[in-house]
Amino acid sequence: MASRIAQIRLVSSHPQVYEPCDDSFALVDALLADRKKLLDHRPTICMEVGSGSGYVITSLALILQEIKTAYYFATDINLHAVRVTHETLEAHGVHAELLTTNIAAGLEKRLAGLVDVMVVNPPYVPTPEEEVGGDGIAAAWAGGENGRSVIDKILPIADNLLSEKGWLYMLFLAANDPLQICLQMREKGYAAKIIVQRATEEESLHVIKFWRDSDIRMEGNEAVTIAKNRGWEFLLSQLSRLSFRR
Amino acid sequence: MRLLTHNMLSSNIKGVINGFPLLIEAERVVEKQVDFNLDFLKNMFSKIDWKALADASKTMGYDELPDEVPDPSVLDSQEFLQKFHHALLELHLEEGALVYPETGRRFPVNKGIPNMFLHEDEV
Repeated sequence: MASRIAQIRLVSSHPQVYEPCDDSFALVDALLADRKKLLDHRPTICMEVGSGSGYVITSLALILQEIKTAYYFATDINLHAVRVTHETLEAHGVHAELLTTNIAAGLEKRLAGLVDVMVVNPPYVPTPEEEVGGDGIAAAWAGGENGRSVIDKILPIADNLLSEKGWLYMLFLAANDPLQICLQMREKGYAAKIIVQRATEEESLHVIKFWRDSDIRMEGNEAVTIAKNRGWEFLLSQLSRLSFRR
Repeated sequence: MRLLTHNMLSSNIKGVINGFPLLIEAERVVEKQVDFNLDFLKNMFSKIDWKALADASKTMGYDELPDEVPDPSVLDSQEFLQKFHHALLELHLEEGALVYPETGRRFPVNKGIPNMFLHEDEV
């Protein structure tokens, strides 16, 4: 029987590459929880930004295996990570088009509006700004102030790449202020939902799914204007409509 | 790297206005069979740049595609679809490079993976 998700024993590794951990598992659990919806959605082009060991993109490809039309992209800034991703995919008999690049540089222009499913486990750890970037293993976690440096770069790129029916699954720490991120995304016309929430000893992880919602887009501009006038209380009352569930 | 990917890649170096398409330097091309899917092909037909695909396919050793953009009615032709499918999805550049023609900047391709990473001064 084909495995539903990537198997740890088949995941390749390298000293400079982030190994699957609680955050990776949480993200894959979210995809599994959404499996039926994803299959019904019939995504054509799927992408993972920051594939690391390849655990998540491999799992996504296995989850969507019955959709023969899916075409997968995976990127990582770390050359070793891209090679490890390649090995992990091969070990599971699935394929993705891989690129060594910063986020989605090189694909942004031509692939704009074409990505139906995007999955990201970003570098979310709050660190000093100097630690952000680079192409070694620290790039896997260093997130600068509030862990938002790279997240804030990825979100507009995702917005550009996602199709009308595009879904984004992204992982955050409580420290990243996911509520504020959802508000930001709402301003761009996205609804948001927590699919998985997990507290480990060190971290409080949230996997949030974003999708374009035409109702939000129409009222979004209006809500933002009113919020600016009326302030915080109005925003809180609007948040309950975000289907922000535990 | 398949040619669908190549068709979606553009050079994003600072100062470059139109970084598409990248030229292919093919050192090793491998053919890998992929299941034929009509919906996918029809979907992709309208999104790809035909000339870039036809030129790239020739560079990879497969010269069966028409040079000019075919009329969409070709999507009813099984013969055309098989050739389109083969060029788009079954030709893999394993070793070689993608080159931006104006500056000669090379993006190496190893084990089928292009390295598009730019240096700080190129961004």
